[in-house]
Amino acid sequence: MPDNASPVRQPAPPASSTALEREVAELIVQALNLDVTAAEIPPDAPLYGEGLGLDSIDILEIALVVSKQYGIQLRADSEENEHIFRSLRHLVDYITAHRTK
Amino acid sequence: MVAYRSGKPVSARHFVADVARVAASLPAGDHVLNVCLDRYRFTVGFAASLAAGKVSLLPSTHTPEVIRQLRVFAPDAFCLTDDSACDIDLPKILFPEVATSIVAEGVVPDIDAGQLAAYVFTSGSTGTPLPYKKTWGRLLRCVRDGAQRLGLLDGRHTIVGTVPPQHMYGFESSVLLGLQTGSAICAERPFYPADICTILAQAPRPRVLVSTPVHLRALLAAEVDLPQVDLVVSATAPLSRDLAREVEDKFATRLLEIYGSTETGQIATRRTAQTLEWQLWPGVTLTLKDDGQAWAQGGHVEQPTPMCDVLELTEGDRFLLHGRMADLVNIAGKRSSLAYLNHQLNSIPGVLDGTFFLLDDSHASSTGVTRVAAFVVAPSLNAAALTEELRRRIDPVFLPRPLMFVERLPRNGTGKLPQEALRELAARHMRP
Repeated sequence: MPDNASPVRQPAPPASSTALEREVAELIVQALNLDVTAAEIPPDAPLYGEGLGLDSIDILEIALVVSKQYGIQLRADSEENEHIFRSLRHLVDYITAHRTK
Repeated sequence: MVAYRSGKPVSARHFVADVARVAASLPAGDHVLNVCLDRYRFTVGFAASLAAGKVSLLPSTHTPEVIRQLRVFAPDAFCLTDDSACDIDLPKILFPEVATSIVAEGVVPDIDAGQLAAYVFTSGSTGTPLPYKKTWGRLLRCVRDGAQRLGLLDGRHTIVGTVPPQHMYGFESSVLLGLQTGSAICAERPFYPADICTILAQAPRPRVLVSTPVHLRALLAAEVDLPQVDLVVSATAPLSRDLAREVEDKFATRLLEIYGSTETGQIATRRTAQTLEWQLWPGVTLTLKDDGQAWAQGGHVEQPTPMCDVLELTEGDRFLLHGRMADLVNIAGKRSSLAYLNHQLNSIPGVLDGTFFLLDDSHASSTGVTRVAAFVVAPSLNAAALTEELRRRIDPVFLPRPLMFVERLPRNGTGKLPQEALRELAARHMRP
């Protein structure tokens, strides 16, 4: 009942990450040979351009990893595409929704 | 057909009308930076510029610093774009797209072979890009000789390119090749492996895939069903024989590699699955000077031009490529020099000393790309601020990865930086 529930539902703190987020972050760090650890990739910062500073070659590398690991072929013509690389969290949401393995 | 846009054919009549319409809408300046992403629009924009007597500017990158330098080089330059969010700091004109139903009669413009068609730029070593003139006649001769070597002179093909039309290779092999031979140009620039397959599958055969080692590796690794292709062309970096054979196997067709430089344009081809020797295009010759540098001349190469790679002349019109000269950097087809990158790094306020450093190929990614690292002495700057400054000055592919802050560089008594000392420094700072 509402009365017994906690007074305000707290949003998840931004630094927290799901197991899949950690897994994908680790895949990215390995695939791109990045100089950061998976834990240092902020889940909500842009992956492309500023932020983590990835470029189109990196995006292609990530697409390969995603296809191998989760069975998803990314496409530039899908409307979701521009959202996918907005952040680690967006990418993980996309994988969750579309993964075939 | 001149082109296909989203699978729909564009006739020569339609193209000529588009060129006339766009030519009439261009502003007064004589220099055009054509950044249209759509390959058809780029091609129309280039032809319209030519028809209007304007010169296309083809820098290798569009960073704010390069745009600033372009404004100095050509103060009347304007930017033709098909992206309303384009943030290039030049007067802009949005590509005038119209409904396709009405096509007026157009006249094919007569372009003099001596007309200056484009300036292409190399990064130079002092921080200022060096311009090279390309006349219409030389560009066409280059592409025609290449088409002959590639077996594309009959103009029956459809060209699918994964490279941007603004890149010298994409300009020659996905734009001019179509215009010169009558092969049709696909407007799209597919990026992901699945996209490349879709665009290929809807392109009428015979079809040519104009691509790079990065995209070919990605295509092979992606576990997608590859459509039938009648010729694969690769340039920007040499392919290994193994990868070339795998491409030929999987696509069940020939793969031809093209070799060239910004200064000379394309000058040689090889079928890498069969031979590592390059064959020069008809009329082009190479001469080795006493200092070991190879110079190209003849054919479409107007003046003797030094090549920036280490070449070994074998027999007749054949040669072997033994990598780039020590100072040169080539990442996924973007070229620069250590001197240029170092100049940009050291011109950032707060950088006391700094140097870029070439990593060896053991650091290559799965698409075969090896990045550059950098050491910097800049106690007042953090990595984010320094990277932001670099991003304004150099193409993002050259952003150092990793960027390592050190107390001082291992300069020797004469102020030079021995490679060995840099390698040791890298070994200490980089993760294994």
